[in-house]
Amino acid sequence: MRAKRRARVPRSLRGVEEQLNRQVYLDHAASTPARSEVVEAMLPWLGEHPGNPSGSHRMARDARRAIDDARDAVAALVGMDPGGVVFTSGGTEADNLAVDGVLGDGSGVAVCCAAEHAAVLEPVRESGGVVLPADAGGRIDLGALAETLESVADIRLVSVMAANNETGVVNPVAEVVSLVSERAPDALVHCDAVQATAWLDLADACRGARLVSITGHKFGGPKGAGALVVDGDVPLSPMLRGGGQERERRSGTQNVPAIVGLGRAAELVVVDRGETAVRVAAMRDRLETGLLAAVPGASRTVPDGVGRTPAVAHLCFEGIESEALLFLLEQEGICASAASSCSSGAQDPSHVLAAMGIERSVAAGSLRLSLARATTDADVDRALSVIPGIVERLSAYA
Amino acid sequence: MEPQRVLVAMSGGVDSSVAAALIQESGHDVVGVTLRLWGGESDSGCCSVSDVDDARRVADCLGIDHHVFNMGEDFDRHVVEPYVADHAAGRTPNPCIECNRHIKFDRLMRRARSLGFDRLATGHHARVVDMPDGSRRIARASDPAKDQSYVLHMLDQDVLARLDLPVGEMSKDEVRARAAGLGLRTADKPDSQDVCFITGASRGDAGRREFLGRRIPLTSGRVVDGSGAEVGRVEAVEMVTLGQRRGMELAGGDGPRYATAVDTATATVTVGSAADLLVDATPVDRAVWADGPVDGSVLVQTSAHGEPVAAVLVSGAVHWEAPHRRVAPGQSVVFYDGDVVLGGALAC
Repeated sequence: MRAKRRARVPRSLRGVEEQLNRQVYLDHAASTPARSEVVEAMLPWLGEHPGNPSGSHRMARDARRAIDDARDAVAALVGMDPGGVVFTSGGTEADNLAVDGVLGDGSGVAVCCAAEHAAVLEPVRESGGVVLPADAGGRIDLGALAETLESVADIRLVSVMAANNETGVVNPVAEVVSLVSERAPDALVHCDAVQATAWLDLADACRGARLVSITGHKFGGPKGAGALVVDGDVPLSPMLRGGGQERERRSGTQNVPAIVGLGRAAELVVVDRGETAVRVAAMRDRLETGLLAAVPGASRTVPDGVGRTPAVAHLCFEGIESEALLFLLEQEGICASAASSCSSGAQDPSHVLAAMGIERSVAAGSLRLSLARATTDADVDRALSVIPGIVERLSAYA
Repeated sequence: MEPQRVLVAMSGGVDSSVAAALIQESGHDVVGVTLRLWGGESDSGCCSVSDVDDARRVADCLGIDHHVFNMGEDFDRHVVEPYVADHAAGRTPNPCIECNRHIKFDRLMRRARSLGFDRLATGHHARVVDMPDGSRRIARASDPAKDQSYVLHMLDQDVLARLDLPVGEMSKDEVRARAAGLGLRTADKPDSQDVCFITGASRGDAGRREFLGRRIPLTSGRVVDGSGAEVGRVEAVEMVTLGQRRGMELAGGDGPRYATAVDTATATVTVGSAADLLVDATPVDRAVWADGPVDGSVLVQTSAHGEPVAAVLVSGAVHWEAPHRRVAPGQSVVFYDGDVVLGGALAC
């Protein structure tokens, strides 16, 4: 039975030998491929080096050294001290730990914007925190933040993402930091930098934030390793308790191979980030401009003039349903996404687009093509050559 | 036969699992899809994550692609909201029929066509039969105990031309045996029984009352006899179905008494004897036909597993050959010629 399973080959491509294995991956905001240097760095820690970093013998100390090297690399990436790096299973755990860890015993108020990732939004909501509106670009509404900082007592945490996962829109983190330091100096700023790491200098993009979340698989590292990096003496109540690893802030044996990969990715990303951003931005622009020109009823989701990373070409196609569009794109070998997927794999309406004030009927036809370092001009060409025809087909059935 | 592209609606149950396997065995290009219809309040129905997982793993085992389509908004609009509104009006809706009418065989069929599929298949126990004139009909399943032709009565030629029901010729035991033979994890999975979007539907009225109570005000009401004298109380008039016997606190009286009228406006339920429920004719509306309207002698089925009885159809009413219990307003009334579905309508 199993042998039958193989990559689905779209009918239109059958028999065209050189295109058989052609898969165009435009879903890098969901996950990027691990870089070859990262995979190479990880492999010994899966087999040859079984040590537990908490142990005392040589092999344990080797593992400890490996994750502490990674800790240094992550600290340098974020621009904070290695002692503040708490390795986690990824971005969600880092975000959860930031909110729940700072709120601790449950008193105090957390604040975030409605366009945040669910990993921040849900713990903020559950703690009874304040969810602020977004502006038309999906950025935190600074006026509403200023008002909340004045009117709500005992704000402990303000969480703001550096770049949005669905749209790539960049938040005014510096303005958030200065508003908080003026009006609620006891509150801490947390910056979810998961989607910014591949594109922005985090020391700059998150300056003033006392807590920063990152995850490896969004910038050429592996899945399963992320970090919450805290500045100085930020007190953090642990969510996972046990052996007291990560300075009592996150118990559990560290995922050594993945953390080694995370560290290697952190070293690599700072080297070529600037060059990659320029190259990918040009491809993103060509993709968006080309689709807007070729597809009637297409519109750019993010208003002109709103700053964003090069990561995402985000468009809405009037009268089209994202699910149908994604299905046909996949048939043509293109993997992309729309909003977030629920655990069943179904497409859910985007809370980000809703927060931007985009009509449900328009958002229903959204498409997120997300690019990264591995994206090529050929990928963009392929997307430009098939998407207009697919939209035309679906429009005919609408 | 030229291989066709077939979309198989996979609920995560054994019937649709085997349906997918059978279509694949006959050489077609199969893709499975599970519909996500309800947003997480229920974890018992056809759209829960665990059922999606079952469908996905069956598809993996068969080596076919599997997708999940979120049709929750349409399901809300066409199935859940009317279900609630019908109860509020004292009617008796059948949400499975509305889901088939609006979601599975309309929305999903249109989606399938837009995606380039030639046909749609489901795991319903019913058959699609060819008539001498080339048209097609739904006919009863080979396994009478599992027959679902009643809930498929609304399918027209446009849908029937593109529909496959691969397990309609099989008994449930055969379906399970086939699933076991293929090593499918759903082989022993129990059949779904309840309204899929109601958590705790297995608790019967209690689950339903909880669901409706969150959406509409439930009104306690009077129970009166034919003379208008109050003989009891009922907790929620909206929950009472015409013909219902249990659930009303009735004092005294001889013999079983049944709800013979439900008036939500005055919160009054009238009860009477079984004989008071008998009528000569049942008016119907919103008729749908497999291939054009039919008049004259037919067999009529008034519930999912009810017995078909003889009647004559005359312009918008079913005239029973022998006096028949009244059909609750909102219930589907389905017309057959032998085992073949001619169409159906809603009792007024």
